[in-house]
Amino acid sequence: MAKRTPDGPPPEPVVARIRLRYARRGRLRFTSHRDFARAFERALRRAGVPMALSAGFSPHPRISYVGAAPTGMASEAEYVEIALTERLDAETVRAAVDASLPPGLDVVDAVVARGGSLPDRIDASVWQIRLPGLEVDAVAAAVVTLLAAESVPVQRLTKEGRRTVDARAAIVSATARVDDLPDQPCAILDVVVRHVTPAVRPDDILTALRTVADLVPPVPPLATRLAQGLLAEDGQISDPLAPDRERLPAAEGDAPDAAPLTGSAVASDR
Amino acid sequence: MPIESLFPRLEPLLPRVQKPIQYVGGELNSTVKDWDVAGPDGTVRWALMYPDAYEVGLPNQGVMILYEVLNERPDVLAERTYSVWPDLEALMREYDVPQFTVDGHRPVGAFDVLGVSLPTELGYTNLLTALDLAGIPILAAERGDEHPIVLAGGHAAFNPEPVADFIDAAVLGDGEQAVLEISDLVGDWKQAGRPGGRAQLLLRLARAGGVYVPRFYDVDYLPDGRIRRVAPNRSGVPFRVDKRTVSGLDDWPYPKTPLVPLAETVHERMSVEIFRGCTRGCRFCQAGMITRPVRERSITGIGEMVAAGLVASGYQEVGLLSLSSADHSEIAEIATGLADRYAGTNTSLSLPSTRVDAFNVTLANEFSRNGRRSGLTFAPEGGSERIRQVINKMVTKEDLIRTVTTAYGAGWRQVKLYFMCGLPTETDADVLEIAELAMEVIRIGRQVAGTKDIRCTVSIGGFIPKPHTPFQWAPQLDHEATDARLRLLREAINSDRSLGRAIGFRYHDGRPGIVEGLLSRGDRRVGAVIRRAWEDGGRFDGWSEYFSFDRWMTAAEVALAGAGVDVDWYTTRERGEHEVLPWDHLDAGLDRRWLWADWQESLTGREVDDCRWWGCYDCGVCPSQGTQIQIGPTGRTLLPLPGLRPVLAPPAASASAPVG
Ligand code: SF4
Repeated sequence: MAKRTPDGPPPEPVVARIRLRYARRGRLRFTSHRDFARAFERALRRAGVPMALSAGFSPHPRISYVGAAPTGMASEAEYVEIALTERLDAETVRAAVDASLPPGLDVVDAVVARGGSLPDRIDASVWQIRLPGLEVDAVAAAVVTLLAAESVPVQRLTKEGRRTVDARAAIVSATARVDDLPDQPCAILDVVVRHVTPAVRPDDILTALRTVADLVPPVPPLATRLAQGLLAEDGQISDPLAPDRERLPAAEGDAPDAAPLTGSAVASDR
Repeated sequence: MPIESLFPRLEPLLPRVQKPIQYVGGELNSTVKDWDVAGPDGTVRWALMYPDAYEVGLPNQGVMILYEVLNERPDVLAERTYSVWPDLEALMREYDVPQFTVDGHRPVGAFDVLGVSLPTELGYTNLLTALDLAGIPILAAERGDEHPIVLAGGHAAFNPEPVADFIDAAVLGDGEQAVLEISDLVGDWKQAGRPGGRAQLLLRLARAGGVYVPRFYDVDYLPDGRIRRVAPNRSGVPFRVDKRTVSGLDDWPYPKTPLVPLAETVHERMSVEIFRGCTRGCRFCQAGMITRPVRERSITGIGEMVAAGLVASGYQEVGLLSLSSADHSEIAEIATGLADRYAGTNTSLSLPSTRVDAFNVTLANEFSRNGRRSGLTFAPEGGSERIRQVINKMVTKEDLIRTVTTAYGAGWRQVKLYFMCGLPTETDADVLEIAELAMEVIRIGRQVAGTKDIRCTVSIGGFIPKPHTPFQWAPQLDHEATDARLRLLREAINSDRSLGRAIGFRYHDGRPGIVEGLLSRGDRRVGAVIRRAWEDGGRFDGWSEYFSFDRWMTAAEVALAGAGVDVDWYTTRERGEHEVLPWDHLDAGLDRRWLWADWQESLTGREVDDCRWWGCYDCGVCPSQGTQIQIGPTGRTLLPLPGLRPVLAPPAASASAPVG
């Protein structure tokens, strides 16, 4: 018996890509990346987004995720790019997908891709780590010790086994400030971390603080990624969607700007 | 009394446990109502529990249906709770966090009713964990007015005697109407100021009929350990409790908005129950016996549920569920109609757990039209023709080979075959025929497929005699004999290296089956065994990594000491015609005389035909329950649905239209 080939026409061409920024908030910060990916695909279907599909017997929607905050950490700045078979207004897609995701997984920004590579626009993260139960002075002192160190190797259990990373080397800046709660002290640690391989995560930084200064949070800290982007000389992080926003949204049928897109059949059905 | 969310106390524990997402709720289509949605006493609050891990419990249709049916009532709120894994259990004990619901993270102990679905007996220890974590006394007799009524349902509730000490009540059969009636009773009692307390409420439930309250029945034993009699100890409580049967499935199109979890679960699809009940009459099959008669959902009713469910969930796979889905009177029309309707939408259809001899390959092809053609499943259940007659699984070797030939010819590469071991009258020879059958399948398969690259997987389950089946009197094969027989089978399969390599063999071990057998056909004395096993650390007994046979055997030895009965007495002992069985006062509608006659006929290999097509054989269900078979064909068809191509529907608030 011959091999089967998929019935029907080949998948429709990609005519546009949309880049989305989403947040993972509150209790849904416990969503793993795989969990998010499943929920996101279902949301795209519920929202009726005309997704471009891969070829084959079990075609899947063409979605590119850019990194992902570790499970259990919140984020205000996760990025994903989707490929569409129709040109759509970015805000319309954002609102529809957001409405189809459970509250706590919130799509907060969207642009029509105008070329370039999204991962190339990201090489650092801004993290905010809330440390309830810790005095700001203790945290600040620990940070000074950490920053003064040449290197602080820390170990973490990964899928590939025990890995050692240099937590110090990845840290661009770290500062402690106070945000005391009515019933207990609370320090906030703001850290800018360079993306290295393997990644240095907030828990690695906390391990480093414990290693160098015996700083041990009495309750689990809450880490939130506030931003991702390119690290500039002055230590600022750029918005990775900004280059797509630089010009006003394309006029209808303004195909030439959609440089890297496969297929230029865009104009035909307009 | 306002009830506060336990989430702030649970949250710090979550980074310390495996897969915390399973404890946070927030599923699409889940509901959190105000605790006092209809006033403090006007609101009836249900916690619905599935006593297994979230990944198994969430997709459970029974819980999902009742959750929605109950929450549709304005004066009722229903939330869900699942078993927590031992890592979280330890932390909850350490930090004093009680069993919580995943919807509102409310303490389970604060609800009016804790409805527990008992699909299998191996969840009993998990039930005890949940009660204990909830702060509800394990023993029903020790509960006070402030504790929820613990109400069991599900297939295992057809013999709830082993858990009779731990539950307050049980409902047999379909739950949809029962939970509404119980809500009315509980609501009236609360609004009347809870007259007579908990005892009075239970009495009201028992007297209303259709709710079994174990404490209102006394069990006496004979000197030899058998039951002398089971009788009510209160006036107005029925001698026999009837099962519930919902008629007209089209009127109950639930779940309308399926729960869609964030966590990964065992089924990533939406399910539509296409009929309930089965009258094929397989003698080992408890599900088939206790869910009679057959009630179909119509083809158009199915089409509507699929359409609405896909929109509500965003799933891309639809499973058509029932005990034997290929038997729906219009299954071919349903398959074609749905495949046409969803052609080009990347939506796939499946007939999960269709273990049917007569499963026709054309139908399977239709179902896989938009998907992969990976594996087909057949369940001959018995290895030899003789044993298949004993169990009334009417499929011949020729049927099977013919079907398999067509399947391999149509491009399928893998066939799964399900069998049971330890069936009544079975010998080594019956089981060894499985090897011959599997080898024949591979030989034929290689021929028609024209390639050596085909596989056949043989899965074996140990037979466990279940209540309310013709085999309820049968002896269970001990696990040593089961394991020995299956060792022989494995050797036979491996005796031919070429064929043996193409045959997968799946069998674990016979010991969990003995515990399941003890719990299935046990009586109230087995409750002490469950409690002891749980106190000794028994958790998640359905999971091989947690199950401990030794723990159960030790528990049984201690707890049954002096009772004159033991594990063998409950499992490998054959029962006599007139022995009072622990579940005889619980009425699944089956005429006991018919069950016995069918048991006797099985021993001589006499087969029974399906009453859907060959006429009533008086199993007793229809007259005793006032029900009847409800099947098609309706002659209706599924029309194409407009607008199935993706159309971005902007949310109501947004006025912007798609560009272009
Ligand atoms: S009573 Fe007759 S028709 Fe009804 S389920 Fe039993 S055998 Fe079938």
